Amino acid sequence: MTTAVAGGHEAHDDHGPAKGLKRWLYATNHKDIGTMYLIFSLLMFFVGGAMALVVRSELMQPGLQFVHPEFFNQMTTMHALIMVFGAVMPAFVGLANWMIPMMIGAPDMALPRMNNWSFWILPVAFGLLLSTLFMPGGAPAGGWTMYPPLILQTGDAFPFLIFSVHLMGLSSIMGAINVIVTILNMRAPGMTLLKMPMFVWTWLITAYLLIAVMPVLAGAVTMLLTDQFFGTSFFLAAGGGDPVLFQHIFWFFGHPEVYIMILPAFGVVSEIIPTFSRKPLFGYDSMVYAASSIAFLSFIVWAHHMFTVGMPLSGQLFFMFATMLIAVPTGVKVFNWIATMWRGAMTFETPMLFALAFVFLFTIGGFSGLMLAIAPADVQYHDTYFVVAHFHYVLVPGSIFAIMAAGYYWLPKWTGNMYNETLGKWHFWLSTIFVNLTFFPMHFLGLAGMPRRIPDYGTQFADFNFWASIGAMGFGFSQILFVIVVWQCVRGGEKATDKVWERPIGLEWTLPSPAPYHSFTTPPNLEAKEAKA
Amino acid sequence: MAHAQDHYYVPHDSHWPIVGTVGLLFMMIGVSIWLNGSAPGFWIMLAGIGVLVFMMIGWFGNVISENQQGLYSDQVDVSFRMGMFWFIFSEVMFFAAFFGVLFYARNMSIPWLGGESNNFFTNLLLWPGFESTWPTNGPADMGGDFESIPALGLPLINTILLLSSSVTITIAHHALIAGHRGTLNAFLALTFILGFIFIGVQGYEYVHAYRDLNLTLASGIFGSTFFMLTGFHGLHVTIGAIMLFIIWLRVLKGHFTPTNHFGFEAVAWYWHFVDVVWVGLYIFVYWL
Repeated sequence: MTTAVAGGHEAHDDHGPAKGLKRWLYATNHKDIGTMYLIFSLLMFFVGGAMALVVRSELMQPGLQFVHPEFFNQMTTMHALIMVFGAVMPAFVGLANWMIPMMIGAPDMALPRMNNWSFWILPVAFGLLLSTLFMPGGAPAGGWTMYPPLILQTGDAFPFLIFSVHLMGLSSIMGAINVIVTILNMRAPGMTLLKMPMFVWTWLITAYLLIAVMPVLAGAVTMLLTDQFFGTSFFLAAGGGDPVLFQHIFWFFGHPEVYIMILPAFGVVSEIIPTFSRKPLFGYDSMVYAASSIAFLSFIVWAHHMFTVGMPLSGQLFFMFATMLIAVPTGVKVFNWIATMWRGAMTFETPMLFALAFVFLFTIGGFSGLMLAIAPADVQYHDTYFVVAHFHYVLVPGSIFAIMAAGYYWLPKWTGNMYNETLGKWHFWLSTIFVNLTFFPMHFLGLAGMPRRIPDYGTQFADFNFWASIGAMGFGFSQILFVIVVWQCVRGGEKATDKVWERPIGLEWTLPSPAPYHSFTTPPNLEAKEAKA
Repeated sequence: MAHAQDHYYVPHDSHWPIVGTVGLLFMMIGVSIWLNGSAPGFWIMLAGIGVLVFMMIGWFGNVISENQQGLYSDQVDVSFRMGMFWFIFSEVMFFAAFFGVLFYARNMSIPWLGGESNNFFTNLLLWPGFESTWPTNGPADMGGDFESIPALGLPLINTILLLSSSVTITIAHHALIAGHRGTLNAFLALTFILGFIFIGVQGYEYVHAYRDLNLTLASGIFGSTFFMLTGFHGLHVTIGAIMLFIIWLRVLKGHFTPTNHFGFEAVAWYWHFVDVVWVGLYIFVYWL
């Protein structure tokens, strides 16, 4: 131990951030770590986005124009891995780090040093993954789902892929343990579970899902590794294994994973809509129960990703009906958001615009999900652009829009400055128009039979693909506006008040803007606050 | 929830996580290039593991010394407990994946390769003559003929060893609470000795399997599930036994009091978890 242990509480109350690089490398502060998560995720968003633009450039016209098909497949695979594990998940962990302690009246996360470790593992994991682009045989090209036997044809990148997934899992599990312990153990006196903000609730459930399924993914990729290098036969029919088994294990992880990426988004939207409707959230308890039901159901629907593998009919029926059941709690949430806005005194600042677009566009993605859930119909839709349209609708105007909304909503609290509302609105409208231009035509492409993960296509698909590519370029470059808004807001601007918005609800708005280095050094007294209000 | 304090406790920053990150980086790069056929990778991996061990000694040492100075509040203690509980839950799910594979192989993939359900033609055209049995190394007879290890031999001894060690650690725990240091020392020592004997027996069993029974990791799905499940379990027993040994050293140094001994309890929980996994292994891998 080289650093002296700071003794007594006085030392803790005073200590501000360390100087220079140490502040970030040795960080234990939830705000510093949250900031690093958010910046990392924004960086990965652009890296993964650049890969998407390579894909869309190639697909702009039929025939092969820009890249080798092998490289095209590397781009689709890496785009997905980076966006899922590098952009969306870290962004939500960053938001959790920043907001959960402030929302529950805690000074910091419960396990601050582990928090540091779970962040710093991520750059290592993605460094390993991105380095595979320069290896013999190139980056992994078998799809982010890593199905054997195809993925076993990966070149030198293969072990790097496996171990980077291990590291991402390690980071997520530690992050999730931290979130759960913080929420269960660090709440201010008087904040009972059913008084917690919805964002905290959705993250509690998300963290539970993460701890339950990330180890399963680790097991799955470990078996890929031993099949490749140590002669095991897990996914080899000749040895009594089954390649379909991998799909079962992968999607046992993969389906809860999609809720891991959307539940915190539900939480964000449930914070924003009440603020800008100037009404409390409609049906708070039912929101909690709906999110919990979604989490439970997410464990028993995984094989709807595999309707075409030849599973027994009883299996297809079970997974079809279980999947459709998810529409019920999801519908509860959507109706509650709408009921919250009903007769509210609504205004449409940028976070609210993103939240509204989320409700509308995520629902489109949800409906196409229901279509895919129908086993006999899915035999047609499977592995077509309809699937691509579906999951991009729930992930881009779903998760990503919620992250953007959260960014605009809490930036004034983080920086102490208001962001540029005009630029924010430009960012919103450009994003919304282009995201629909990109992904809506993909529904038609899929229904007409265009397969996914193919660099070339029949000329009948040319028009829709052209428009989708225009939309993708437009969406991609619109995001530069977001960076400009954030940069301006960090640098200065109109000072934000403590409450920032007219009538926000929650403990984070009782803190000054920008929030102090340690959020609450003493537990806030909720009963006293309620009595005053 | 422990909310008695007026002030929250926030630990000072730490360089240990970043040391651990560097260790992981070297370990992962090393093992990757080693698997790709480059010999120096092995040494890079070892260097990474070395850094990780160094990190663990430093980080745990830091936490122990802070605890000994009485810096931690009850709330911190609860955070540690919850953290350990959820960590063990993640371990349970890791093992669940491999148990799931065993279940799937025995109840689905093997019977299907043998022609059950709607797989008559799979059997007839792809794997003619293959009959669904267990244990099996698959229709292609991967790794050649082998024998499995009977449940009543070494595995039974190992079961008795591990179950007894669960009893001895519970006796040690009660002795700790009651303040009987002699009993605590003796039974904790007995626990990790039983653990290390278990590892020895398991090692002997592996040698026996490879040399005499031709049962290897490459013996089809049986060999794969057998060695992966028992191997990961053995790894966890090894880690657990080392933890027990360190806890024993800490007992000798007088670190634990009847009211403040989370380190002991965390290791005890972990040891019980390892024990429960073994019972599952004994039933589903060796016995049934």
